[in-house]
Amino acid sequence: MENLDLISILGSTIRLSIPLIFTALAGLFTERAGVFDIGLEGKMLFSAFAAAVAAFMTGSPWIGLLAGITVSVLISLIHGFAAITNRGNQIVSGVAINFLASGLTAVLGQAWFSQGGRTPPLAATARFTEIVFPYANELRDSGILGRFYANVISGHNILTYLAFLAVPASWWVLYRTRFGLRLRAVGENPGAVDTAGISVTFLRYRATICAGILCGCAGTYLSVAQSAGFVKDMSAGKGFIALAALIFAKWRPVPVMLACLLFGFLDAFANFMQGKSVPGIGEVPVQIFQALPYVLTCVLLAGFIGVARPPKAGGVPYVKER
Amino acid sequence: MSPSPTPAIELNGIDKKFGAVHANRNIHLTVAKGSIHGIIGENGAGKSTLMSILYGFYHADAGSIRINGKDTVIHDSQAAISAGIGMVHQHFMLVENFSVLENVILGVEGGALLGKGVTGARAALKRLEADYGLEVDPDAIIEELPVGLQQRVEILKALYRGAEILILDEPTGVLTPAEADHLFRILGVLRDQGKTILLITHKLREIMAITDTVSVMRRGEMVATRRTAETTVEELAELMVGRRVLLRVDKGPAAPKEVVLSVRNLTVKDGRGVTMVDNVSFDVRAGEVVGIAGVAGNGQSELLEAITGIRKPASGEILIHGQPVAGFDAARLRALGLGHIPEDRHHMGLVLNFEESENSVLGYHRDERYGRGPLLDLDACRDDAKAKIEKYDIRPPNCRLKTANFSGGNQQKIVVAREIERDPALLVVGQPTRGVDIGAIEFIHRRLIAMRDADKAVLLVSVELDEIRSLSDRILVMFAGHIVGEKTPDTGEQTLGLMMAGIAA
Ligand SMILES: Nc1ncnc2c1ncn2[C@@H]1O[C@H](COP(=O)(O)OP(=O)(O)O)[C@@H](O)[C@H]1O
Ligand SMILES: [Mg+2]
Repeated sequence: MENLDLISILGSTIRLSIPLIFTALAGLFTERAGVFDIGLEGKMLFSAFAAAVAAFMTGSPWIGLLAGITVSVLISLIHGFAAITNRGNQIVSGVAINFLASGLTAVLGQAWFSQGGRTPPLAATARFTEIVFPYANELRDSGILGRFYANVISGHNILTYLAFLAVPASWWVLYRTRFGLRLRAVGENPGAVDTAGISVTFLRYRATICAGILCGCAGTYLSVAQSAGFVKDMSAGKGFIALAALIFAKWRPVPVMLACLLFGFLDAFANFMQGKSVPGIGEVPVQIFQALPYVLTCVLLAGFIGVARPPKAGGVPYVKER
Repeated sequence: MSPSPTPAIELNGIDKKFGAVHANRNIHLTVAKGSIHGIIGENGAGKSTLMSILYGFYHADAGSIRINGKDTVIHDSQAAISAGIGMVHQHFMLVENFSVLENVILGVEGGALLGKGVTGARAALKRLEADYGLEVDPDAIIEELPVGLQQRVEILKALYRGAEILILDEPTGVLTPAEADHLFRILGVLRDQGKTILLITHKLREIMAITDTVSVMRRGEMVATRRTAETTVEELAELMVGRRVLLRVDKGPAAPKEVVLSVRNLTVKDGRGVTMVDNVSFDVRAGEVVGIAGVAGNGQSELLEAITGIRKPASGEILIHGQPVAGFDAARLRALGLGHIPEDRHHMGLVLNFEESENSVLGYHRDERYGRGPLLDLDACRDDAKAKIEKYDIRPPNCRLKTANFSGGNQQKIVVAREIERDPALLVVGQPTRGVDIGAIEFIHRRLIAMRDADKAVLLVSVELDEIRSLSDRILVMFAGHIVGEKTPDTGEQTLGLMMAGIAA
């Protein structure tokens, strides 16, 4: 294949995986606590919008992040109120959040900025920009390792590194802390948690707040780091791909990261193949490559990953008295 | 009378309703410290509800609780644990994919990080093991443990939390007689160390064997309290049911005829690929009841599922009237004359949100009696349902009522009526009286014997040894997926118990 530039594909793999990693980890927290979270997509979109608006108004990406997280946590609490307190259907609540996000961000964007649902472009200072590691530029042309260092390791924004830190951090929280033990327990058997004298409701709320924070990072990444502003429906189904990655990874943090990297890689590969021809076949419509992540999801979920045992109490509101 | 010491527990006027169900009515109960106090009652009498209120799992609508003479408000399980109460629930409250250790420390982790608490708990478990003979591997995963050991983990959980009052809700339902005896020995040791034990059961034998005092519940009320030494099984049975009961089934000798069901070298695996039924062969003839005894989880469920077309066998043959039927689906099997009363009526036998009349034709709804083409003839269904209600004395007699609103016994009768009224040549029955009151038990037992006397083949699976012994003409004992022996129904309970534990053949 002509010019198969693996290093640059890997570089964009990282960039495309970050929102997936944040979002899938968000889903990990709620779903392991037994609350299905199909509204990840909507939360990401809401927070992307809030972050872009706040960063534009204040000129600070950090305030953008804070706004993104705050809004996403608020939406999580709404989901919690519907699904935990009022024992509503968790899927319906999630779908509602997705619709709301898609509509409300576009309407508010248009009402406030009149740019077709976009937010005004952010100046470089209002964004999270690339961090260049020491000697990255010097090493850029010195062999494969140097290029790897310059393009794959270095040259990303702070949220990227945060996402990779969030993976071991999530693992540590889930498996090494009291909160994590209880969270995993409540997703399997809320009765066991309740009879151990722990509030199921409070625990599940805390899990959804964790998810809100992580989704907030994902959304902020989209609009304030990866792009320079909010664009209508910019989450583009990433919340659902993240859910697929979560299932694919059987609800475990490190496999979640690997699954997201795989999906990111396919996406990067599709971008790369745009307009290029495959030897022996000629030019292949780019849509085929763009469809790859979705095809892969279907194939994997259709059974190639073995039995994915979801948290046992997932999706079921905790009801003691019938 | 000598001045009695402060009781461990005093319940005063406890009242609890679940919607329309009055589960506990103005209950008064006093339990002496350092005693084993039994609470007996039929299924649905309200025993679990009362205990769950004491443990803070449910909230009473009215009434008060005194623990060791002190008024105690138990608004959640945390409060109960602080008051020194521990409970082993009827349905275990364990996280199945956690280790024993993780389950034990859940809720009492001893700090925000797990490290230290885990080490401490490991040592504490060692001590409890030494003190009470409660051995269990702290690193074993719960779902890989047999139920007897899972129960032990529940007891350890309570003791680790410092329980002085231990509630056990139907602890022997899942145990072999030998395991139950072992449990009772442990309870004896606990009592001798000054702990107070509340033992809930519906088995009279256990009450007589181990309790000091016994209270009887009936339909949400506490109807009597007796010293165990001063009462009899007959008196307790009568108190439980409110009338004299027949503890045995009347039946004549069987007259077996031709073979109806024949199982040959059948092997069945469960969803995880674990072999649950291993090379099993047996026959069931017309005019006999063949009972399969065994502790729950030894392959009986999978065997039933294979025979009734719910699970595909891994290998081996199933023949009905000599025709190979392994791998047939349930509908084809039914057409060949198989009736099935499933083990779990809620999951397999009924759709609880349906009207009674809908459940009463379910599975046979394609029959031309109940409709034409894609349409159901609702009047025909309802007339049919009414006839069954009449014949099986299903209460309340209202075929339009949602099935969930019938009691367990009446729900079971709906299933029994549906399957028996089709007049199947082979009736496969799983746990026919689980969660059913004594009145309905008698009725269902009589129906099954009537099937036998009408020259039908009946295969019965039950974990209630008494039921197996009183209904069966031949008993097969299952252990770890094998049939470990065949016995006659007059075989002693102890012999069967040892076989069920895999100790003797
Ligand atoms: N969580 C619940 N919600 C609604 N009804 C219940 C609940 N638990 C028990 N009941 C009802 O209360 C009654 C008493 O049940 P239970 O206390 O479990 O009886 P027992 O333990 O004596 O068999 C039954 O009619 C049962 O259906
Ligand atoms: Mg009970």
